[in-house]
Amino acid sequence: MKLVSRLLGAAAFAALSVSAVPAFADGGTLVIASTQVPRHLNGAVQSGIATAVPSTQIFASPIRYDENWEPQPYLAKSWEVSDDGLSVTLNLVDNATFHDGKPVTSEDVAFSIMTTKENHPFKSMFAPVETVETPDAHTAVIKLNQPHPALLLALSPALAPVIPKHIYGDGQDAKSHPANSAPIGSGPFMLEEFKPGEAIVMKKNPNFFIDGRPKLDEIIVRIIKDQSALLIAMENGEADMYPFMDGSQAIRRLEKADHLELTQEGYAGVGPVNWLAFNTQSPKLSDVRVRQAIAFATDRDFITKALHRGVSMPQRGPIVESSPFFDDAIAAYDVDLDKAKALMAEAGFADGMDLTVDYIPGPKEQQQTIAEYLKSQLKKIGINVTVRAAPDFPTWAGRVSGHDFELSMDVVFNWGDPVIGVHRTYLSDNIKKGVIWSNTQSYANAEVDALLNAAAVEMNPGKRAELYSQFQHIVAQDLPVYWINTLPYHTAYDKRLVNPPKGIWGTMHPLDTVSWGE
Amino acid sequence: MNAPYLFKRLGYGLLLMLGVVVLNFFLIRLAPGDPAVVIAGEMGGATEEMLESIREEYGLNKPVLTQLGIYVGNIAQGDLGESYFFNQPVSKLIGERIYPTVLLVLSALIMAIVLGVFLGVLAARKPNGPMSAFVAVFSTIGYAVPVFWTGIMLIILFASVWPIFPVEGMLSVKLRDAGIIVRSLDILHHLALPAFTLAIIYLAQYARLSRASMLEVLGSDYVRTARAKGASERTVLFKHALRNAALPILTVAGLQFGSLISGALLVETVFNWPGMGTLAFDAILRRDYPTIMGVLFIASGIVVVANLLTDLSYRLADPRLRGKS
Repeated sequence: MKLVSRLLGAAAFAALSVSAVPAFADGGTLVIASTQVPRHLNGAVQSGIATAVPSTQIFASPIRYDENWEPQPYLAKSWEVSDDGLSVTLNLVDNATFHDGKPVTSEDVAFSIMTTKENHPFKSMFAPVETVETPDAHTAVIKLNQPHPALLLALSPALAPVIPKHIYGDGQDAKSHPANSAPIGSGPFMLEEFKPGEAIVMKKNPNFFIDGRPKLDEIIVRIIKDQSALLIAMENGEADMYPFMDGSQAIRRLEKADHLELTQEGYAGVGPVNWLAFNTQSPKLSDVRVRQAIAFATDRDFITKALHRGVSMPQRGPIVESSPFFDDAIAAYDVDLDKAKALMAEAGFADGMDLTVDYIPGPKEQQQTIAEYLKSQLKKIGINVTVRAAPDFPTWAGRVSGHDFELSMDVVFNWGDPVIGVHRTYLSDNIKKGVIWSNTQSYANAEVDALLNAAAVEMNPGKRAELYSQFQHIVAQDLPVYWINTLPYHTAYDKRLVNPPKGIWGTMHPLDTVSWGE
Repeated sequence: MNAPYLFKRLGYGLLLMLGVVVLNFFLIRLAPGDPAVVIAGEMGGATEEMLESIREEYGLNKPVLTQLGIYVGNIAQGDLGESYFFNQPVSKLIGERIYPTVLLVLSALIMAIVLGVFLGVLAARKPNGPMSAFVAVFSTIGYAVPVFWTGIMLIILFASVWPIFPVEGMLSVKLRDAGIIVRSLDILHHLALPAFTLAIIYLAQYARLSRASMLEVLGSDYVRTARAKGASERTVLFKHALRNAALPILTVAGLQFGSLISGALLVETVFNWPGMGTLAFDAILRRDYPTIMGVLFIASGIVVVANLLTDLSYRLADPRLRGKS
């Protein structure tokens, strides 16, 4: 018994001792909590926020963007676009070095752009790039086979990390290169430790090429897959920042924490759209009137205000409202059940029909809840909806990429420029069975193809906006997709943080100006 | 104990692990979802060419039996393959995760045995007393409640309402650079809730088992003799009775190692404990075949070894079993 008593006493002491350990000197460390698990840390061959957040700290890129969508110098101190739009010259800073001490040269920039072109899933980013010439160590000239208005945005940290040629140029496949898990970049933070599925620890780069930055000594990305546990960690101060938070309950809950601030800024570039996709090849959905009937029967305001408690915004078209190309005048499809029933009758479905809705496994509020709302709402116009849950992403992806679906809910990002994030799901030459996030709706409209192809090479912003305006009006009529809402991404952060990430890329941007205040 | 017996048991163990490999290989492939599409999805999409290149790279375009042959051949050489998702050798991933899992399982096992036996002995003292009733009720609840529910309740209670324990993980990230004593204490602090959660179900079993075993032993002649010669109740209980009642408890402890490992996989997921369970969870969600197979292979190996050791130690402890095969 004595031994047991001693053991219990020691255990209690241990617990109390740890509780009494004073908080670590927080001045230099920022702990970012995330539910997302990155495959690796190289954003040149991998898209997605899980990789982009650490990748943009480790790797620098030619250009960065401010909160007004204006390009700013980064590794390129200046740049010139030729009059014909077929050549972009990047003038690089001469004091940038990789974390291993080797200088960043135009060879690295050229190698990175071509590697990204070959391996990144967003083919449209650098598809028009023919070559990258390197007349000297600090000048890179990107040669294009057609004007490419999205190029500068594609040179952002989240999309075009400059990777070291002396490491990645060894002939191994960049997608599975061992250095992806132990990357060396030239960004403001250096990788200290990467524990897959657990944590990413990045220390300040003392030789960062921008004087006086970064402000923080250390950034730790802590992966906490369970959101409830993550919220407690935020409330308890175990984590300092939680970006990409999208649940209304979570948002309302953290709003009550006195030491936290919440912001919706920082997601203009991502442009996360929650949508209901139609398989336009399905005999039941090939008639546009059926798709329009579903749109007229669905109440976006109810979804955003009631189901999402007012934290998300209605989304009416393929381009998010925060984009410079958004057109406010597109069809809204305000709820009109009579019109919906009439359209069903005109399409030959006066007696109704059965439909199945799939949804990507993810936040229940954004997917399952809306799918169940659709089930009850569409019943009013004679559509019996079966909600088909998928146990995991592979099952859902298999159904949608195999075109084995009728209706499917999903979240798709705009990724800054329509060329990067929007074209892929509307161009008819991107109907590719077996490929997820292609044009899985099998939507084909020659006019839309022509408009998108024209917008992809139009360098005049005004004319480009006009082309996208026409595109938005057409697809809003054709409805290959019914856009529901923008994901209510919020960032929760400790109020003492100075310069929290509120630019267009949020935390997918170098956090070199973030610091702790008093 | 003789060497042929040991080799025979080892042989059975290896055959069992081979069976586990083959069975898992086919079971995993029955699940819907093409790993190449999943990898492409995780990358953010892909072209058809990229999908083909992924299948080529991971050998997914080969006939299934060829894939099995390659996999078994690689395992025989100690190569567990490369994770589709994490892009790292599976052996490295498991190597980093095995220690937290073993720490969790052993802590829970020790906690369950010590507390369970203690409660069982107390209950056996007065079979109709309140402690006995408590053990019966506690055991029923312990058996009935799913381990993940217990974990979530403990998190709500001790990490949120009364935040005296950390909510998840194994080590506070801000204490990474602290001294070994502070880090060890921090690990203990993090270990408390998951270990207790995992221990509860087994604690209940040990309490019931030791209560029954003690009741049987307490009725035996030598206990009556011990009491007759004036030994204190504590000496009778813990010195005379418990020693003899402990043998079946230790046997069960060894045999339960397998279910403890599977319980640990669930508990790890709830508490984000960085062990093989969370690794398996991530891998299953992403159809990361090599990682799932690797975790199952190593977990089955641990169970085979634990059972073997239990068997051998039991034969050492009980001379009547020596010489029998």
